[in-house]
Amino acid sequence: MKSRAAAADRRHFDSRGHKGAAQRRERIAARLFTGVLYVCCLVFLLVLGGLAITLLWKSRLSLATFGPEFLWSSEWDPVHGRFGAAPFLYGTMVSSLLALLLAGSIGLLAGVFLAEFAPRRLGAALGAMIELLAAVPSIVYGLWGLFVLAPFVGGWLGPALQAAFGFLPIFQGPIYGVSMLTAALVLSVMIVPTIAAITRDLIAATPMRYREASLALGATRWETIAKVLIPEVRGGIFGACMLALGRALGETIATTMVIGNRPAIAASLLAPGYTVASVIANEFTEATSDLYLSALIELGLILLLISLLVVGIGRLMLRLVVR
Amino acid sequence: MGVLSIPARRRIASALWTAAAALCACGVAAVLLLVLGYILREGFAALSPSFFVRLPRPVGVPGGGIGNGIVGSAITVAIAALMAFPAGIFVGIYAGVYAHRRLAQGLSFLADVLAGVPSIAIGIYAYILLVIPFRGFSAVSASFALAVLMMPLVIRTTEGALQGVPRELREAATALGATDYRVTGKVLLAAARPGIVTGLLLAVARITGETAPLLFTAFGNQFWEFDPTKPMAELPLQIFTYAISPYRDWHRQAWGGALVLIAAVFLLSLAARLSFRLLRRGAAEP
Repeated sequence: MKSRAAAADRRHFDSRGHKGAAQRRERIAARLFTGVLYVCCLVFLLVLGGLAITLLWKSRLSLATFGPEFLWSSEWDPVHGRFGAAPFLYGTMVSSLLALLLAGSIGLLAGVFLAEFAPRRLGAALGAMIELLAAVPSIVYGLWGLFVLAPFVGGWLGPALQAAFGFLPIFQGPIYGVSMLTAALVLSVMIVPTIAAITRDLIAATPMRYREASLALGATRWETIAKVLIPEVRGGIFGACMLALGRALGETIATTMVIGNRPAIAASLLAPGYTVASVIANEFTEATSDLYLSALIELGLILLLISLLVVGIGRLMLRLVVR
Repeated sequence: MGVLSIPARRRIASALWTAAAALCACGVAAVLLLVLGYILREGFAALSPSFFVRLPRPVGVPGGGIGNGIVGSAITVAIAALMAFPAGIFVGIYAGVYAHRRLAQGLSFLADVLAGVPSIAIGIYAYILLVIPFRGFSAVSASFALAVLMMPLVIRTTEGALQGVPRELREAATALGATDYRVTGKVLLAAARPGIVTGLLLAVARITGETAPLLFTAFGNQFWEFDPTKPMAELPLQIFTYAISPYRDWHRQAWGGALVLIAAVFLLSLAARLSFRLLRRGAAEP
């Protein structure tokens, strides 16, 4: 390192003789560097803008043919060229919100434990495992969901739920292994690390004096968490939930493998369903007519807009909290 | 005395909630062990040396492999990295060095939002841009989709690494009369290098397992293919095809493929962590 510094010095002294030329070179290099920075920023913005514009452009045929009715029509008939998004939107919404409900409550509690109660070693180990859980590719979750979780839901969990809560419409009817419930369970496993990790970081970053003040007033440790710390970071937790929801909405492969892929709206969570992302994955390469392809691309556009909204809100909340 | 003065009911509630929280944290970790345990058990049964080098075989013919999928995935991911790294790093530099500027903050926020866009939508994007005009599926179109998925990750980690550089370092360099360009090139980037390299490796790890955008870009291929302008076999696609097939032998191969894929992803994540430590140690001793 020392010799490198000396070499730099030598260069510097050498260049003294031709100060004008060296300075010009330096100025050109600086300009070039700034130019490259701006060009790359422009490329990034073009890629991002192109995403929405190309999807909008390629779905124009479907947009013109079906108009807004596309959103609530539940017909999906490629043979006669009738397309509606309702069953897919329903499946995406129900599976994702159910997953968020499960993962939100479990992830929140897990994050609180990691931040407030876990001994240092245990906290580090559990934290690393939760991070690994987030790194597992979705195809692996799909495989596990299809061969392990689906038989479990079909043979054990489904019947148990029906026996206990069979009076509710959401647990009535025939029980399938590949179902809305299975998809929601797999999705909740996939999004729980996001919620747990962000909650842990948010709680850990709250000032110690809040805890001290609350405990000094006679609150228990849990009351301190539930009534002081969590309200303090609720914006951030909401943001984390939105990010997790965004991931669940857009998840494709794992859902496709376990949801059953039946384009019908069923009240029962134990019945198969279909999601926007799954129908694109299954039918995109088989779309035989222009209208068919255009309808699938419009589904992609709808998915894009919903997740942009959800993720945008989530990121905004998290940025406001961090500041 | 303080504890004794709290009514028992509230103390018990506190203890119960704490236990529930512990249970949740351990439960989440247990799910990881459950998934990994299954992959290891089922996957190892399918592994053999020939599994890594052979082509897939038709149903009923034993001894098929995933060699072409491994090679195809490696080629596709490598091209994606070549596309995403330069642009991502430079945007990240802009966002990190000029963090006070409106444009930089906007870019950073947009990168965050892009990171949350469904990968299937980005697959459609690649299909429209690169598959339709060239009249055919290709590995390059898959690489483009993966590059779009990687770019926000590279941007954000580069930005974060640069913002983590102590302000004094930057002020000292500026006080010595260095221009913005010199400060960035010689001081900030040198100090942020471990974080940037780690971010690049993590981005690769993150997209290596992506499946959805490959369905209608790389498309898959039963044979060896090294030309990126042609449809190419991809490991995640092979796992998907095998898993949803009705054949027991193919299911076994899907588990084997999943084990290989998850090992590759975890090794890349591990490499990211190790490189951070190694590079930081290297930077710490002048």
